Amino acid sequence: MRLFAENLVVRRGSRIVIDELSFSADAGEALLLTGPNGSGKTTLLRAIAGFLTPEEGRVMLEGGAKDASPGEQSHYVGHANGIKSSLTAGENLRFWCDYLGAGTAREEKRERIDEALERLHLLALEDIPAGYLSAGQKRRLGLARLLVSARPLWLLDEPSVSLDTASVGLLAGMVKEHVASGGIAIAATHLPLGLENASELRLGAVRQEASV
Amino acid sequence: MNPFLTLLKRDIRLALREGGAIGTALGFYLIVIAMLPLGLGPDLNLLSRIAPGLLWIALLLSALLSLGRMFETDYEDGTLELLAIGDMPLELVAAAKALAHWLTTGIPLALLAPVLGILLNLDISAYGVLIATMLAGTPAISFLGAIGAALTLQARRGGLLLALLILPLYVPTLIYGISAISGALLATNAFWPNFLILSALSMGSLVLGPLAAAAALRIQLQ
Repeated sequence: MRLFAENLVVRRGSRIVIDELSFSADAGEALLLTGPNGSGKTTLLRAIAGFLTPEEGRVMLEGGAKDASPGEQSHYVGHANGIKSSLTAGENLRFWCDYLGAGTAREEKRERIDEALERLHLLALEDIPAGYLSAGQKRRLGLARLLVSARPLWLLDEPSVSLDTASVGLLAGMVKEHVASGGIAIAATHLPLGLENASELRLGAVRQEASV
Repeated sequence: MNPFLTLLKRDIRLALREGGAIGTALGFYLIVIAMLPLGLGPDLNLLSRIAPGLLWIALLLSALLSLGRMFETDYEDGTLELLAIGDMPLELVAAAKALAHWLTTGIPLALLAPVLGILLNLDISAYGVLIATMLAGTPAISFLGAIGAALTLQARRGGLLLALLILPLYVPTLIYGISAISGALLATNAFWPNFLILSALSMGSLVLGPLAAAAALRIQLQ
């Protein structure tokens, strides 16, 4: 499996944020997007997810499902966590597991949810309404979604925001495991996630010179 | 369970647990209808003659109150983006949310209407027809309303804009809903034709509403 972008041009309003960017990421590869604020990291991730329509160029996921766009095969972690504050942590996670994992057997879903809750230290919070969780706990709950349904492409936009050091370690472990099992992860971040063997895509003033 | 039912179940659960939207709509409906006889005077003949129209118009306005929240909360907490890249097309996401709105707002309002009819001295023979036309007509309110809710998603204080956009679309539903009731009350043959057109309007909106709403949502997510 291979994700590639060809001559991608993305415009936001009158400003061209991404200009003629080409890059690719193979299965088993973690790609870190770096660059100053406003260099287009979020824009690039949203273009890959399909929220933004590129002016020119295209994003393709080779070897993925034929009739699904790259966005439909990816987990997107944005600035918001996609959590309903009046549902409990467990209900939130069960919703995403049911919604994204239709066709999975009930026992397997149950197992995945328990495993995800345990892994992200959320078991004790399972029956607490998500509105009462702290920002970091909400973030962990948002990340738990990535574990309850399998999708080949992970698009992470500042995934480590409001996480403590131990949780950043957990996140890095999750990304490593995902990549090791043949997935692709693209993360926009200012902090080193502690990933070895990750390549870097630097977005900056000179956007054409993308080094992968 | 398929994604459509999962999303529908979650939206109904949220509506029941948060309760605000249903409570506000029902409370508003009650207050408006209770104030009408105070404003119009105690002329029972007049009230019973205009009761169906008043009940319908107040129902439209009450339903409009909760429409704005249909996509807003999901947009604010990032859920909408995740739903958009889920396995289900955005059209079905919009349909599930509109259906949840109908089940949690349209049906309770339609069932409250005959109770409020007592306040307006509604003809006793009109109760059955009133419920039937409202149940047949309210899906159009939710499914056409989804278009407006999607279009005004990012507009600050978009409630008024939503009303301006959507109320004109409700005119056919209003006309045929009231014509069906008058047809039944005057014992003419006008009930069935009007009722069937009313149902057809709802069926049409069931298809067109989600398509248009999804197109608007795609623009909003840009």
